[in-house]
Amino acid sequence: MSTLHATKYLEGLKHSAVISLWFMFLTFPIMVIRVNTIENIIEWRWMNLIYIGCGSFFLSFLWRSLSERGTRKRKLIDARNGEDRSLVQRILGERKIYLPTLGVIAVFTVIFPFFFSTYQTSIMTTALMYVVLGLGLNIVVGQAGLLNLGYVAFYAAGAYTYALLYQHFGIGFWIALPLGALAATLLGILLALPVLRLQGDYLAIVTLGFGEITRIVLENWNEFSFGPSGISGIPRPGLFDMEMSLHEATVYLYFLMILFCIITVFVVNRLQNSRIGRALLALREDEIACQAMGIDKTRIKLTAFALGSTWAGLVGVVFAAKTTFVNPASFTFLESAMILSIVVLGGMGSIPGIIIGAFLLILLPEYLRAFSDYRMLIFGIIMVIMMIFRPQGIIRSVRRTYKFHREEK
Amino acid sequence: MDYFSELFVGGLTRGSIYALIALGYTMVYGIIELINFAHGEIYMIGAFTALIVASVLTMSGMSGLSVLVLASVVAVIYSAAYGFTVEKVAYKPLRQASRLSPLISAIGMSIFLQNYVLLAQTPDFLPFPNLLPELTILEPYTGLIGSTEFIIIVSTAVIMVLLTLLIRYTRMGKAMRATAQDRNMAMLVGVNVNRVTSNTFIIGSALAAIGGILIASHIGRINFYIGFIAGIKAFTAAVLGGIGSIPGAVLGALVLGFTESFGTGYVSSDYEDAFAFILLILILIFKPSGLLGHTTSQKV
Repeated sequence: MSTLHATKYLEGLKHSAVISLWFMFLTFPIMVIRVNTIENIIEWRWMNLIYIGCGSFFLSFLWRSLSERGTRKRKLIDARNGEDRSLVQRILGERKIYLPTLGVIAVFTVIFPFFFSTYQTSIMTTALMYVVLGLGLNIVVGQAGLLNLGYVAFYAAGAYTYALLYQHFGIGFWIALPLGALAATLLGILLALPVLRLQGDYLAIVTLGFGEITRIVLENWNEFSFGPSGISGIPRPGLFDMEMSLHEATVYLYFLMILFCIITVFVVNRLQNSRIGRALLALREDEIACQAMGIDKTRIKLTAFALGSTWAGLVGVVFAAKTTFVNPASFTFLESAMILSIVVLGGMGSIPGIIIGAFLLILLPEYLRAFSDYRMLIFGIIMVIMMIFRPQGIIRSVRRTYKFHREEK
Repeated sequence: MDYFSELFVGGLTRGSIYALIALGYTMVYGIIELINFAHGEIYMIGAFTALIVASVLTMSGMSGLSVLVLASVVAVIYSAAYGFTVEKVAYKPLRQASRLSPLISAIGMSIFLQNYVLLAQTPDFLPFPNLLPELTILEPYTGLIGSTEFIIIVSTAVIMVLLTLLIRYTRMGKAMRATAQDRNMAMLVGVNVNRVTSNTFIIGSALAAIGGILIASHIGRINFYIGFIAGIKAFTAAVLGGIGSIPGAVLGALVLGFTESFGTGYVSSDYEDAFAFILLILILIFKPSGLLGHTTSQKV
């Protein structure tokens, strides 16, 4: 038994050695050589080769053991009749644990701005904005299964609605809020109409194109959107004409965003188990079967896009009010990818998962300033690794199940 | 007329480059039904490798055609190696997963590769030496077509013919076609599907590297971000022609190249990137399976 174990171990080492050699070869020109074509200097960075060699050796070893563990776990789950509830889920299921936890979180959120600086509060507000964005995109991607890679266009629609309305008519935050949501919803329906017939990857690429077109138009149509320089001097939301300092305004916005979050969570949660929510789920699982069940496919797709983009529009208005400045550079494809990763990493369709995902993805980079150069690099790796080892996200969504209790005679 | 022919040649050049990249997308899609988002990055890495090798060789005293040949060979090998590795790391473990997982993994890979080059090399634009030789035969036509454009168009045409021959007449090509048609059936008749997938990635990446060298010589500068927009446009071209279809990808790429060239020439150069997407949306509305794609009926 032990010799078998040892051979297996040795084999693993050999395998990792081969992989590390391969990666040393693969990364050689880009990692080791750096040319300066202007001054004709070649820089040889041999140390990088050693780092890559050692790093890939250990990582491949780790990878192997992780995938082995994954297979073993999957077998275990199969043995347990496919029931796979994570720890967090079990906690969420227990009222005794979950109510006090919720209480602690509530107290913490309320006192947060009074104990931390304006800067911290502002970051928290951003994280809350992404929670709402993530939950909004979740309606389209997680529930309806329509991959939307141009979600940022609706976000931009909301932000620009407020900016332009203020610029031309002096309209304030509270009137712009529903109008921004309306503009985003209309844009969502406008996008949904032509893509109704498309599925899967075609849909993904068209929405991506749509997002890019929106950005390009905003960048180039100077008369309409003031081009790349954007619009500045947008006022923060007011409260009965009260004069507020920057700190007070930030705290006010923070509480507003908490309110929005609670409303969003409430609405999305109700939506999930409603008639529309179940229709969206049916659409995701199988389009043809969904139609056969008597669901109007066209209408439900339009609903999904409209519902999803409304939230983006709302947050867009808040974004414009928070930064007091909008320009097209804030609405790139990367932003869409970011929101999508929140949904995917958190767990598609799972509300607590998305909330955790948003906080992780927004707050971690803020507090890991030292790694800011490597931020996107790590981000990319995490996306790949998550998909391979935990495709259901941090907290997987639990399908509503119905149980029959047979009465005993 | 002069302006028109200038735009025409420009469109043809653009279209040729898009075709080289689009082929990688369409072949991969044909085999495993995946949008390989990282394909644009492979093209960028090809261009970077060529630049590095060419600079090292030039500085050590070599010149002329040998630099071009060596740099291209190394770039093609490295791009193929990257394509192969990306498939093994990011896509192969997800063969059985739902449709969304490999796509997100691909986006992650794309972000990773971009930042890898950004950190290991430079965030700035690097000047790319024009490796392509000046052709003296073309001198009487200099107003019409430059030698770089000529080389791009001719080499693309040659590569297309070679690729068609490869797919139509070799054993490997036959295995690829079989896998694209029906993966399970191909496995049953003894095709090594995993090897076919790897081969597809290798061929597609090699083509992307050639495209990378050609366009970098044409434009004269590269940075880590060139792969993203080129990748999206090439993918647009592949969808335009009907994804999965090889002649479709070439046709789509040419249509896209001409649209962009004439669009910027006659309408407005500000919206260069928007034309591609507008064209894509229009074609997909009226012909959802692309120009040469065939509609597959769904069964329940």
